[in-house]
Amino acid sequence: MMKYLSKDLSLRLDEGLCIGCKLCAVVCPHGVFTIENQKAHIADRDACMECGACALNCPVNAIAVNSGVGCAEAIINGLLTGKETCCGGDDCCCAPKAS
Amino acid sequence: MNSPCSTQTCSLPDTDLGSAAGAAKLGRTASAWTLGDHLGAIGVRLNIGRMGYRVTPGLYALGAPGSDAPVLVTANYKLSFDHLRRALTGLNAWLLVLDTKGINVWCAAGKGTFGTDELVRKINECRLHERVTHRRLILPQLGAPGVAAHEVRRQTGFAVVYGSVYATDIAAFLQADLQATPAMRRIRFSWHERLAVAPLELVLYFKQLLLLGLALALLACVPTAGHFWSGFEHRGILVFLLFVLTGALASLLGPLLLPWLPTRAFSIKGACLGVALAVPGLWLAGPAWSVLRTTAWILLLAAGASHLLLKFTGSTTFTSPSGVRREVRVALPAQIAIGLAGLVAWTVAGFLPGW
Repeated sequence: MMKYLSKDLSLRLDEGLCIGCKLCAVVCPHGVFTIENQKAHIADRDACMECGACALNCPVNAIAVNSGVGCAEAIINGLLTGKETCCGGDDCCCAPKAS
Repeated sequence: MNSPCSTQTCSLPDTDLGSAAGAAKLGRTASAWTLGDHLGAIGVRLNIGRMGYRVTPGLYALGAPGSDAPVLVTANYKLSFDHLRRALTGLNAWLLVLDTKGINVWCAAGKGTFGTDELVRKINECRLHERVTHRRLILPQLGAPGVAAHEVRRQTGFAVVYGSVYATDIAAFLQADLQATPAMRRIRFSWHERLAVAPLELVLYFKQLLLLGLALALLACVPTAGHFWSGFEHRGILVFLLFVLTGALASLLGPLLLPWLPTRAFSIKGACLGVALAVPGLWLAGPAWSVLRTTAWILLLAAGASHLLLKFTGSTTFTSPSGVRREVRVALPAQIAIGLAGLVAWTVAGFLPGW
């Protein structure tokens, strides 16, 4: 799998809080996490795309990530209008997550 | 909107479950695709009816599921639903279709419409507790950015199991007692997946491409104002065709060659592609072009292809918002500057034939 610009990645894991449920490793489609000795580790940080699946599914909030969609159109619209949507409409797939 | 009974084996009448919105239904479906399903699947890749391609949310019986049959959750984008039911050929299952406003699982999960709240709502609306005796839901792995498994269990008693990334692996996942191989957990974005999303880019930008091509063709004729149309016939048509063809080629080759274009930054990948794609045009028209026009051609294509690929970040499976934010900040001003420089050079070239 290709990798993207990783300098600003926001993914954080507090291994001390981890209870070893492995769900982060299950949901990540890029294999960012590995489980060793009943604890999650970030094995391939560069592959993170900040989708937020790991953080949302972590039952003890050991993971934090500023999640969103890596879509230039959404980011550019965000710069222009202050609202990150890609095609303007409510039905847009790239609109930011309703928190 | 499609009826929940979208295929021929419908023997039960649709039952309105009487939800607040009146939208959730109980229906039947089958695995086989009709001709209409095939045509629709091609159409949405070309932006034909893409935003209205949906099924009615609700609970669907695939085959003859009993109270112990697995429950698979999906989005109400018809392509998502169709791929799932086809992948379950020969199996009996319940399909719980969430109201994602016709958006696919992954994008809807990112937006939160394929999410914990909607899942809990549909479980209750469809009275899933009464229809199955087990308490387990199988969700597509790419739905995880919108769903907190522990929250769903707390609110409904249903345990969330994340299935494979691809619907085509779901039968094997079910057969293996809900165990996924590491490969089933990974997203691939292989060349055929990149090619499947590329035509949409071309369709979305084709009008701008035509307008820009026309503008360049007209600008190339300005200095021959006395014989404007003869200039257009000799030069303008060629410029127009070259630009539109090169642009169309870039929108297909960019996604296809993505892994092999240099650096991780999409804008640089695109700029390199643009410079490379300037060559055929120069080879065809170049001998008649001045140095200034040649330079303008290269600048315009570099800026255009760079912007095209920057926009393609939204169609890929591995770009992060933090990375795109960084790239947009640097690349967008550069693209505008290079594009404008190209446009100026292209225009001036007509007035300075010796350059």
